[in-house]
Amino acid sequence: MTTAGLSEAGQRLVEKILEGQPAALSRAMTEVENETGHAAALLAAVQKATGRAVTIGITGPPGAGKSTLVNALIGEYRQAGKTVGVIAVDPSSPLSGGAILGDRIRMAEHSHDPGVFVRSFASRGHLGGLSRTAGRVIDLMDAAGWDIILIETVGAGQSEVEVADIAAIKLVVSAPGLGDDIQAIKAGILEIADILVVNKCDQPLAEQTKRSLKAMLKLKQSGSQDIPVLGTVATTSEGLAELVSEIALQDEKQRRGDNLVDRKPRIRRNLAEAVGQLAKDRLRQNQSADIDALIVALESGETDYLAAAEAVLDGGQTNREIAATRLEKKTGS
Amino acid sequence: MNSEANLTRPAKVLVTKIGLDGHDRGSRIVAAALRDAGLEVVYTAPWQEIPTVAKLAMEEDVDVIGVSSLATDHLLVPKLMKELHKAGLDYVKVIVGGIVPDNEEQDLLDAGVARVFHPGSDMADIVGTVQMLAGEAQNDTARQL
Ligand SMILES: Nc1nc2c(ncn2[C@@H]2O[C@H](COP(=O)(O)OP(=O)(O)OP(=O)(O)O)[C@@H](O)[C@H]2O)c(=O)[nH]1
Ligand SMILES: [Mg+2]
Repeated sequence: MTTAGLSEAGQRLVEKILEGQPAALSRAMTEVENETGHAAALLAAVQKATGRAVTIGITGPPGAGKSTLVNALIGEYRQAGKTVGVIAVDPSSPLSGGAILGDRIRMAEHSHDPGVFVRSFASRGHLGGLSRTAGRVIDLMDAAGWDIILIETVGAGQSEVEVADIAAIKLVVSAPGLGDDIQAIKAGILEIADILVVNKCDQPLAEQTKRSLKAMLKLKQSGSQDIPVLGTVATTSEGLAELVSEIALQDEKQRRGDNLVDRKPRIRRNLAEAVGQLAKDRLRQNQSADIDALIVALESGETDYLAAAEAVLDGGQTNREIAATRLEKKTGS
Repeated sequence: MNSEANLTRPAKVLVTKIGLDGHDRGSRIVAAALRDAGLEVVYTAPWQEIPTVAKLAMEEDVDVIGVSSLATDHLLVPKLMKELHKAGLDYVKVIVGGIVPDNEEQDLLDAGVARVFHPGSDMADIVGTVQMLAGEAQNDTARQL
Protein backbone atom coordinates (compact mmCIF):
# COMPACT_ATOMS: atom_id res chain seq x y z
CA MET A 1 0.00 0.00 0.00
CA THR A 2 1.30 3.42 -0.81
CA THR A 3 0.35 6.16 1.55
CA ALA A 4 -0.88 9.53 0.48
CA GLY A 5 1.35 12.44 1.35
CA LEU A 6 4.54 10.48 1.88
CA SER A 7 7.69 11.03 -0.14
CA GLU A 8 9.64 8.02 -1.32
CA ALA A 9 12.03 8.51 1.57
CA GLY A 10 9.04 8.66 3.89
CA GLN A 11 7.68 5.37 2.58
CA ARG A 12 11.07 3.72 3.00
CA LEU A 13 11.13 5.04 6.56
CA VAL A 14 7.72 3.48 7.26
CA GLU A 15 8.94 0.12 5.94
CA LYS A 16 11.96 0.28 8.21
CA ILE A 17 9.85 1.24 11.22
CA LEU A 18 7.57 -1.73 10.63
CA GLU A 19 10.61 -3.99 10.25
CA GLY A 20 11.66 -2.84 13.70
CA GLN A 21 14.74 -0.79 12.85
CA PRO A 22 15.36 1.43 15.87
CA ALA A 23 17.04 4.25 13.95
CA ALA A 24 13.97 4.58 11.72
CA LEU A 25 11.68 4.69 14.74
CA SER A 26 13.86 7.37 16.29
CA ARG A 27 13.74 9.56 13.18
CA ALA A 28 9.99 9.22 12.88
CA MET A 29 9.62 10.16 16.55
CA THR A 30 11.43 13.42 15.84
CA GLU A 31 9.06 14.20 12.96
CA VAL A 32 6.03 13.48 15.14
CA GLU A 33 7.36 15.28 18.22
CA ASN A 34 7.96 18.40 16.16
CA GLU A 35 4.76 18.02 14.15
CA THR A 36 6.54 18.45 10.85
CA GLY A 37 4.75 18.24 7.52
CA HIS A 38 5.48 14.49 7.39
CA ALA A 39 4.14 13.59 10.84
CA ALA A 40 0.47 13.02 10.01
CA ALA A 41 1.16 10.80 6.98
CA LEU A 42 3.78 8.76 8.86
CA LEU A 43 1.29 8.09 11.64
CA ALA A 44 -1.46 7.12 9.25
CA ALA A 45 0.90 4.69 7.54
CA VAL A 46 1.71 2.79 10.74
CA GLN A 47 -1.75 2.90 12.33
CA LYS A 48 -2.75 -0.62 11.24
CA ALA A 49 0.24 -2.12 13.02
CA THR A 50 -0.66 -0.71 16.44
CA GLY A 51 -2.59 -2.18 19.36
CA ARG A 52 -0.25 -5.04 20.15
CA ALA A 53 1.99 -3.48 22.80
CA VAL A 54 1.24 -3.44 26.50
CA THR A 55 1.27 0.27 27.34
CA ILE A 56 1.98 1.10 30.98
CA GLY A 57 1.81 4.65 32.33
CA ILE A 58 3.83 5.48 35.43
CA THR A 59 2.84 8.61 37.26
CA GLY A 60 3.26 10.01 40.74
CA PRO A 61 4.92 12.80 42.71
CA PRO A 62 8.53 13.88 42.08
CA GLY A 63 11.06 11.62 43.73
CA ALA A 64 8.64 8.73 44.35
CA GLY A 65 10.96 6.49 42.39
CA LYS A 66 9.24 6.36 38.99
CA SER A 67 12.43 6.16 36.93
CA THR A 68 13.94 3.61 39.30
CA LEU A 69 10.75 1.57 39.04
CA VAL A 70 10.91 1.79 35.24
CA ASN A 71 14.47 0.48 35.47
CA ALA A 72 13.32 -2.44 37.63
CA LEU A 73 10.40 -3.19 35.29
CA ILE A 74 12.75 -3.23 32.31
CA GLY A 75 14.81 -5.85 34.15
CA GLU A 76 11.77 -8.05 34.80
CA TYR A 77 10.45 -7.87 31.24
CA ARG A 78 13.87 -8.46 29.69
CA GLN A 79 14.26 -11.58 31.81
CA ALA A 80 10.93 -12.75 30.44
CA GLY A 81 12.27 -12.21 26.91
CA LYS A 82 10.14 -9.16 26.09
CA THR A 83 11.46 -6.08 24.35
CA VAL A 84 10.89 -2.80 26.18
CA GLY A 85 10.41 0.73 24.90
CA VAL A 86 10.46 3.64 27.32
CA ILE A 87 9.07 7.14 26.86
CA ALA A 88 10.33 9.42 29.61
CA VAL A 89 8.91 12.93 29.89
CA ASP A 90 10.66 15.65 31.86
CA PRO A 91 9.45 19.22 32.36
CA SER A 92 10.62 22.08 30.14
CA SER A 93 11.82 25.20 31.91
CA PRO A 94 8.99 27.74 31.73
CA LEU A 95 11.56 30.51 31.44
CA SER A 96 13.87 29.34 28.67
CA GLY A 97 11.87 26.52 27.11
CA GLY A 98 14.94 24.33 27.54
CA ALA A 99 15.03 21.12 29.54
CA ILE A 100 17.34 18.68 31.23
CA LEU A 101 16.18 15.18 30.42
CA GLY A 102 17.64 13.04 33.19
CA ASP A 103 15.24 10.17 33.80
CA ARG A 104 17.38 7.76 31.85
CA ILE A 105 20.28 8.15 34.27
CA ARG A 106 18.41 5.70 36.51
CA MET A 107 18.02 3.25 33.61
CA ALA A 108 21.70 3.23 32.69
CA GLU A 109 22.19 -0.48 33.39
CA HIS A 110 20.01 -1.28 30.36
CA SER A 111 21.27 1.38 27.99
CA HIS A 112 23.55 -0.97 26.03
CA ASP A 113 20.79 -3.59 25.59
CA PRO A 114 19.43 -3.72 22.01
CA GLY A 115 16.15 -5.04 23.44
CA VAL A 116 15.59 -1.74 25.22
CA PHE A 117 14.83 1.61 23.57
CA VAL A 118 14.63 4.70 25.79
CA ARG A 119 13.56 8.05 24.42
CA SER A 120 13.36 11.27 26.47
CA PHE A 121 10.93 14.09 25.74
CA ALA A 122 10.57 17.58 27.13
CA SER A 123 7.01 18.53 28.09
CA ARG A 124 7.36 21.78 26.08
CA GLY A 125 4.88 23.66 28.21
CA HIS A 126 2.18 21.03 27.97
CA LEU A 127 0.37 20.36 31.25
CA GLY A 128 -0.89 17.03 32.48
CA GLY A 129 2.47 15.33 32.89
CA LEU A 130 3.12 14.51 29.24
CA SER A 131 4.28 16.18 26.07
CA ARG A 132 1.52 17.07 23.64
CA THR A 133 2.61 14.49 21.10
CA ALA A 134 3.19 11.61 23.55
CA GLY A 135 0.15 9.65 22.39
CA ARG A 136 1.29 9.75 18.79
CA VAL A 137 4.83 8.79 19.75
CA ILE A 138 3.44 5.72 21.53
CA ASP A 139 1.64 4.74 18.33
CA LEU A 140 4.97 4.74 16.49
CA MET A 141 6.68 2.63 19.15
CA ASP A 142 3.73 0.23 19.23
CA ALA A 143 3.85 -0.17 15.44
CA ALA A 144 7.61 -0.73 15.56
CA GLY A 145 6.95 -3.90 17.52
CA TRP A 146 8.12 -3.14 21.05
CA ASP A 147 6.34 -5.58 23.36
CA ILE A 148 6.13 -3.40 26.44
CA ILE A 149 5.94 0.40 26.41
CA LEU A 150 6.61 2.21 29.69
CA ILE A 151 5.63 5.87 29.85
CA GLU A 152 7.05 7.94 32.71
CA THR A 153 5.26 11.25 33.18
CA VAL A 154 6.40 14.46 34.79
CA GLY A 155 5.85 14.17 38.53
CA ALA A 156 2.80 16.38 38.38
CA GLY A 157 0.53 15.50 41.24
CA GLN A 158 -2.16 17.42 39.41
CA SER A 159 -5.62 16.39 38.47
CA GLU A 160 -5.04 16.69 34.73
CA VAL A 161 -3.53 13.28 34.35
CA GLU A 162 -3.54 12.63 30.67
CA VAL A 163 -1.65 9.40 30.90
CA ALA A 164 -5.09 7.88 31.51
CA ASP A 165 -5.94 8.37 27.85
CA ILE A 166 -2.78 7.02 26.32
CA ALA A 167 -1.68 4.11 28.50
CA ALA A 168 -3.86 1.03 28.91
CA ILE A 169 -2.51 0.31 32.38
CA LYS A 170 -1.91 3.11 34.82
CA LEU A 171 0.43 2.80 37.79
CA VAL A 172 0.28 5.56 40.37
CA VAL A 173 3.48 5.51 42.40
CA SER A 174 3.75 6.89 45.90
CA ALA A 175 6.40 6.59 48.60
CA PRO A 176 6.63 7.19 52.32
CA GLY A 177 8.30 10.38 53.46
CA LEU A 178 7.14 12.63 50.63
CA GLY A 179 5.44 14.88 53.10
CA ASP A 180 1.73 14.39 53.43
CA ASP A 181 1.05 11.29 51.37
CA ILE A 182 -2.61 12.03 50.96
CA GLN A 183 -1.74 15.43 49.58
CA ALA A 184 0.96 14.02 47.32
CA ILE A 185 -1.52 11.62 45.77
CA LYS A 186 -4.30 13.98 44.87
CA ALA A 187 -7.79 12.72 44.31
CA GLY A 188 -7.70 13.08 40.54
CA ILE A 189 -4.56 11.05 40.22
CA LEU A 190 -5.98 8.30 42.38
CA GLU A 191 -9.04 7.93 40.22
CA ILE A 192 -7.07 6.92 37.15
CA ALA A 193 -5.03 4.22 38.90
CA ASP A 194 -5.31 0.60 37.86
CA ILE A 195 -2.62 -0.30 40.36
CA LEU A 196 -1.34 1.76 43.27
CA VAL A 197 2.33 1.23 44.00
CA VAL A 198 3.88 2.18 47.31
CA ASN A 199 7.56 2.30 46.50
CA LYS A 200 10.48 2.58 48.96
CA CYS A 201 8.99 -0.10 51.16
CA ASP A 202 12.43 -0.50 52.70
CA GLN A 203 11.78 2.76 54.51
CA PRO A 204 9.93 3.23 57.79
CA LEU A 205 6.30 4.35 57.52
CA ALA A 206 5.76 2.38 54.31
CA GLU A 207 3.07 0.28 55.97
CA GLN A 208 1.37 3.41 57.18
CA THR A 209 1.37 4.86 53.65
CA LYS A 210 -0.19 1.68 52.31
CA ARG A 211 -2.85 1.72 55.01
CA SER A 212 -3.81 5.33 54.40
CA LEU A 213 -4.06 4.74 50.65
CA LYS A 214 -6.34 1.76 51.24
CA ALA A 215 -8.45 3.86 53.59
CA MET A 216 -8.71 6.54 50.93
CA LEU A 217 -9.83 3.99 48.36
CA LYS A 218 -12.57 2.78 50.69
CA LEU A 219 -13.96 6.30 50.87
CA LYS A 220 -14.26 6.46 47.10
CA GLN A 221 -17.15 5.17 45.03
CA SER A 222 -17.73 1.44 44.88
CA GLY A 223 -15.27 -0.54 42.85
CA SER A 224 -12.20 1.40 43.84
CA GLN A 225 -11.61 -0.90 46.83
CA ASP A 226 -10.62 -3.45 44.24
CA ILE A 227 -7.68 -1.36 43.05
CA PRO A 228 -4.66 -3.32 44.24
CA VAL A 229 -2.12 -1.59 46.47
CA LEU A 230 1.31 -3.15 46.03
CA GLY A 231 4.55 -2.46 47.86
CA THR A 232 7.90 -2.31 46.03
CA VAL A 233 11.54 -1.54 46.60
CA ALA A 234 12.53 -0.39 43.13
CA THR A 235 16.22 -0.26 44.01
CA THR A 236 16.33 -4.00 44.80
CA SER A 237 13.40 -5.23 42.65
CA GLU A 238 11.55 -6.44 45.72
CA GLY A 239 7.85 -6.79 44.95
CA LEU A 240 8.46 -6.50 41.21
CA ALA A 241 7.33 -10.03 40.36
CA GLU A 242 3.97 -9.36 42.02
CA LEU A 243 3.65 -6.06 40.20
CA VAL A 244 4.39 -7.66 36.84
CA SER A 245 1.80 -10.40 37.36
CA GLU A 246 -0.81 -7.84 38.42
CA ILE A 247 -0.06 -5.87 35.23
CA ALA A 248 -0.47 -9.08 33.21
CA LEU A 249 -3.86 -9.71 34.82
CA GLN A 250 -5.09 -6.23 33.98
CA ASP A 251 -3.73 -6.49 30.45
CA GLU A 252 -5.54 -9.77 29.88
CA LYS A 253 -8.83 -8.19 30.98
CA GLN A 254 -8.40 -5.43 28.42
CA ARG A 255 -7.57 -7.54 25.37
CA ARG A 256 -10.30 -8.16 22.84
CA GLY A 257 -11.01 -11.33 20.93
CA ASP A 258 -8.31 -10.51 18.38
CA ASN A 259 -5.81 -10.08 21.25
CA LEU A 260 -5.43 -6.39 20.46
CA VAL A 261 -6.00 -3.53 22.86
CA ASP A 262 -8.80 -1.04 22.26
CA ARG A 263 -6.98 2.09 21.18
CA LYS A 264 -10.00 4.31 20.93
CA PRO A 265 -9.18 6.41 24.03
CA ARG A 266 -5.68 7.05 22.65
CA ILE A 267 -7.10 7.91 19.23
CA ARG A 268 -9.66 10.24 20.80
CA ARG A 269 -6.91 12.09 22.64
CA ASN A 270 -4.76 12.32 19.53
CA LEU A 271 -7.73 13.69 17.61
CA ALA A 272 -8.44 16.26 20.33
CA GLU A 273 -4.79 17.39 20.15
CA ALA A 274 -4.97 17.62 16.36
CA VAL A 275 -8.19 19.62 16.41
CA GLY A 276 -6.78 22.00 19.02
CA GLN A 277 -3.56 22.55 17.13
CA LEU A 278 -5.26 23.05 13.79
CA ALA A 279 -7.72 25.52 15.30
CA LYS A 280 -4.86 27.50 16.85
CA ASP A 281 -2.82 27.55 13.66
CA ARG A 282 -5.80 28.63 11.57
CA LEU A 283 -6.87 31.32 13.99
CA ARG A 284 -3.39 32.77 14.21
CA GLN A 285 -2.72 32.72 10.49
CA ASN A 286 -6.03 33.09 8.75
CA GLN A 287 -7.31 36.45 7.70
CA SER A 288 -11.00 35.77 7.50
CA ALA A 289 -13.86 38.23 7.74
CA ASP A 290 -15.78 35.86 10.00
CA ILE A 291 -12.99 35.63 12.51
CA ASP A 292 -12.43 39.38 12.36
CA ALA A 293 -16.12 39.87 13.15
CA LEU A 294 -15.85 37.54 16.12
CA ILE A 295 -12.84 39.44 17.40
CA VAL A 296 -14.75 42.70 17.19
CA ALA A 297 -17.69 41.08 19.00
CA LEU A 298 -15.34 39.86 21.74
CA GLU A 299 -13.70 43.25 22.05
CA SER A 300 -17.02 44.94 22.61
CA GLY A 301 -18.22 42.31 25.06
CA GLU A 302 -21.00 41.36 22.67
CA THR A 303 -20.02 37.71 22.90
CA ASP A 304 -17.85 35.57 25.20
CA TYR A 305 -14.89 33.31 24.49
CA LEU A 306 -16.76 30.04 24.90
CA ALA A 307 -19.53 31.08 22.54
CA ALA A 308 -17.00 32.45 20.08
CA ALA A 309 -14.99 29.20 20.18
CA GLU A 310 -18.14 27.20 19.52
CA ALA A 311 -18.90 29.46 16.60
CA VAL A 312 -15.43 28.90 15.15
CA LEU A 313 -15.70 25.11 15.45
CA ASP A 314 -19.27 24.96 14.14
CA GLY A 315 -18.54 27.17 11.13
CA GLY A 316 -21.38 27.30 8.63
CA GLN A 317 -23.43 30.45 9.10
CA THR A 318 -21.38 33.51 9.71
CA ASN A 319 -19.65 33.04 12.99
CA ARG A 320 -20.89 36.34 14.17
CA GLU A 321 -24.51 35.29 13.84
CA ILE A 322 -23.92 32.06 15.71
CA ALA A 323 -22.01 33.81 18.42
CA ALA A 324 -24.77 36.32 18.84
CA THR A 325 -27.49 33.64 19.12
CA ARG A 326 -25.42 31.63 21.58
CA LEU A 327 -24.96 34.64 23.78
CA GLU A 328 -28.68 35.39 23.67
CA LYS A 329 -29.50 31.84 24.70
CA LYS A 330 -26.95 31.90 27.49
CA THR A 331 -28.08 35.16 29.01
CA GLY A 332 -31.55 33.65 28.80
CA SER A 333 -33.52 36.62 27.59
CA MET B 1 22.05 33.83 18.10
CA ASN B 2 19.06 31.66 17.30
CA SER B 3 18.49 33.13 13.88
CA GLU B 4 22.13 32.62 13.01
CA ALA B 5 21.87 29.03 14.19
CA ASN B 6 19.13 28.17 11.67
CA LEU B 7 17.34 25.74 13.98
CA THR B 8 14.18 24.07 12.67
CA ARG B 9 13.21 22.76 16.13
CA PRO B 10 14.59 22.93 19.69
CA ALA B 11 18.19 21.78 19.61
CA LYS B 12 18.72 18.40 21.27
CA VAL B 13 22.07 17.72 22.87
CA LEU B 14 23.57 14.70 24.60
CA VAL B 15 25.93 15.67 27.41
CA THR B 16 28.01 12.73 28.48
CA LYS B 17 31.25 11.45 29.89
CA ILE B 18 33.14 8.50 28.55
CA GLY B 19 36.01 6.62 30.09
CA LEU B 20 36.96 6.28 33.71
CA ASP B 21 36.79 9.78 35.07
CA GLY B 22 33.70 10.20 37.24
CA HIS B 23 33.74 13.93 37.98
CA ASP B 24 30.75 15.49 36.33
CA ARG B 25 30.63 18.98 37.82
CA GLY B 26 31.76 20.62 34.61
CA SER B 27 29.26 18.81 32.44
CA ARG B 28 26.46 19.65 34.88
CA ILE B 29 27.26 23.34 34.61
CA VAL B 30 27.34 23.20 30.82
CA ALA B 31 24.07 21.22 30.74
CA ALA B 32 22.37 23.84 32.91
CA ALA B 33 23.66 26.68 30.72
CA LEU B 34 22.35 24.93 27.61
CA ARG B 35 18.95 24.42 29.22
CA ASP B 36 18.86 28.08 30.21
CA ALA B 37 19.48 28.97 26.57
CA GLY B 38 16.44 26.93 25.52
CA LEU B 39 18.14 23.69 24.46
CA GLU B 40 16.91 20.21 25.35
CA VAL B 41 19.71 18.34 27.08
CA VAL B 42 19.83 14.58 27.59
CA TYR B 43 22.00 13.97 30.57
CA THR B 44 23.65 10.61 31.20
CA ALA B 45 25.49 9.01 34.06
CA PRO B 46 29.31 9.08 33.77
CA TRP B 47 31.38 6.07 32.59
CA GLN B 48 29.46 5.52 29.39
CA GLU B 49 30.93 2.99 27.03
CA ILE B 50 31.53 4.15 23.47
CA PRO B 51 28.98 1.87 21.75
CA THR B 52 26.41 2.93 24.36
CA VAL B 53 26.95 6.61 23.59
CA ALA B 54 26.27 5.90 19.91
CA LYS B 55 23.11 3.97 20.83
CA LEU B 56 21.96 6.83 23.08
CA ALA B 57 22.53 9.35 20.30
CA MET B 58 20.50 7.18 17.92
CA GLU B 59 17.58 6.64 20.33
CA GLU B 60 17.39 10.28 21.34
CA ASP B 61 18.01 11.55 17.79
CA VAL B 62 20.30 14.28 19.09
CA ASP B 63 21.92 17.00 17.02
CA VAL B 64 25.07 17.43 19.08
CA ILE B 65 27.09 15.32 21.54
CA GLY B 66 29.14 17.14 24.15
CA VAL B 67 31.84 14.96 25.65
CA SER B 68 33.33 16.14 28.89
CA SER B 69 36.87 14.98 29.51
CA LEU B 70 39.10 15.70 32.47
CA ALA B 71 41.81 13.10 32.43
CA THR B 72 42.76 11.17 29.32
CA ASP B 73 39.21 10.42 28.25
CA HIS B 74 39.52 12.54 25.13
CA LEU B 75 41.81 9.88 23.70
CA LEU B 76 38.68 7.72 23.35
CA VAL B 77 36.87 10.30 21.23
CA PRO B 78 38.25 9.14 17.84
CA LYS B 79 36.76 5.73 18.70
CA LEU B 80 33.43 7.42 19.32
CA MET B 81 33.61 9.12 15.91
CA LYS B 82 34.12 5.70 14.27
CA GLU B 83 31.22 4.24 16.22
CA LEU B 84 28.92 7.09 15.16
CA HIS B 85 29.94 6.55 11.55
CA LYS B 86 29.19 2.84 11.87
CA ALA B 87 25.74 3.67 13.22
CA GLY B 88 25.02 6.00 10.30
CA LEU B 89 25.14 9.06 12.53
CA ASP B 90 27.69 11.13 10.60
CA TYR B 91 25.47 14.21 10.82
CA VAL B 92 25.74 14.33 14.63
CA LYS B 93 28.23 17.05 15.67
CA VAL B 94 30.66 16.26 18.47
CA ILE B 95 32.35 18.76 20.75
CA VAL B 96 34.83 18.00 23.51
CA GLY B 97 35.18 20.05 26.66
CA GLY B 98 37.90 19.78 29.29
CA ILE B 99 41.60 19.33 29.59
CA VAL B 100 43.02 18.50 26.19
CA PRO B 101 46.75 19.09 25.59
CA ASP B 102 47.35 21.44 22.64
CA ASN B 103 49.27 18.86 20.65
CA GLU B 104 46.37 16.41 20.91
CA GLU B 105 43.65 18.84 19.93
CA GLN B 106 44.50 18.56 16.24
CA ASP B 107 44.12 14.77 16.42
CA LEU B 108 40.58 15.23 17.68
CA LEU B 109 39.73 17.74 14.95
CA ASP B 110 41.22 15.38 12.35
CA ALA B 111 39.00 12.62 13.69
CA GLY B 112 35.95 14.79 12.97
CA VAL B 113 35.38 16.61 16.25
CA ALA B 114 33.77 19.98 15.50
CA ARG B 115 35.32 21.97 18.30
CA VAL B 116 37.38 21.61 21.48
CA PHE B 117 36.68 23.84 24.49
CA HIS B 118 39.39 24.33 27.08
CA PRO B 119 38.92 25.14 30.77
CA GLY B 120 37.85 28.74 31.22
CA SER B 121 36.03 28.88 27.87
CA ASP B 122 33.34 31.53 27.59
CA MET B 123 29.98 29.91 28.30
CA ALA B 124 28.22 32.11 25.75
CA ASP B 125 30.70 30.85 23.14
CA ILE B 126 29.97 27.24 24.08
CA VAL B 127 26.20 27.76 23.94
CA GLY B 128 26.35 29.69 20.66
CA THR B 129 28.57 27.05 19.08
CA VAL B 130 26.28 24.22 20.16
CA GLN B 131 23.26 26.05 18.72
CA MET B 132 25.06 26.69 15.46
CA LEU B 133 26.18 23.07 15.16
CA ALA B 134 22.70 21.81 16.05
CA GLY B 135 21.25 23.92 13.25
CA GLU B 136 23.74 22.40 10.80
CA ALA B 137 22.92 18.88 12.01
CA GLN B 138 19.17 19.47 11.72
CA ASN B 139 19.53 20.67 8.15
CA ASP B 140 21.84 17.85 7.04
CA THR B 141 20.41 16.33 3.86
CA ALA B 142 20.80 12.82 5.30
CA ARG B 143 18.08 13.63 7.80
CA GLN B 144 15.44 15.05 5.46
CA LEU B 145 12.42 13.10 4.35
N1 LIG C 1 15.29 3.61 49.65
C1 LIG C 1 14.78 3.59 48.42
N2 LIG C 1 15.11 4.57 47.56
C2 LIG C 1 14.57 4.53 46.32
C3 LIG C 1 13.70 3.52 45.91
N3 LIG C 1 13.32 3.75 44.65
C4 LIG C 1 13.94 4.90 44.27
N4 LIG C 1 14.70 5.38 45.28
C5 LIG C 1 15.52 6.58 45.28
O1 LIG C 1 14.68 7.73 45.21
C6 LIG C 1 15.29 8.77 44.48
C7 LIG C 1 14.38 9.27 43.37
O2 LIG C 1 14.20 8.23 42.43
P1 LIG C 1 13.73 8.49 40.93
O3 LIG C 1 13.55 7.15 40.32
O4 LIG C 1 14.63 9.44 40.25
O5 LIG C 1 12.33 9.20 41.21
P2 LIG C 1 11.33 9.83 40.12
O6 LIG C 1 9.95 9.61 40.65
O7 LIG C 1 11.62 9.28 38.78
O8 LIG C 1 11.68 11.37 40.19
P3 LIG C 1 11.34 12.51 39.12
O9 LIG C 1 11.52 11.96 37.74
O10 LIG C 1 12.28 13.60 39.46
O11 LIG C 1 9.89 12.90 39.39
C8 LIG C 1 16.60 8.21 43.97
O12 LIG C 1 17.63 8.61 44.82
C9 LIG C 1 16.40 6.72 44.04
O13 LIG C 1 17.60 6.00 44.22
C10 LIG C 1 13.38 2.48 46.85
O14 LIG C 1 12.61 1.54 46.60
N5 LIG C 1 13.94 2.58 48.09
MG1 LIG D 1 12.13 10.28 36.98
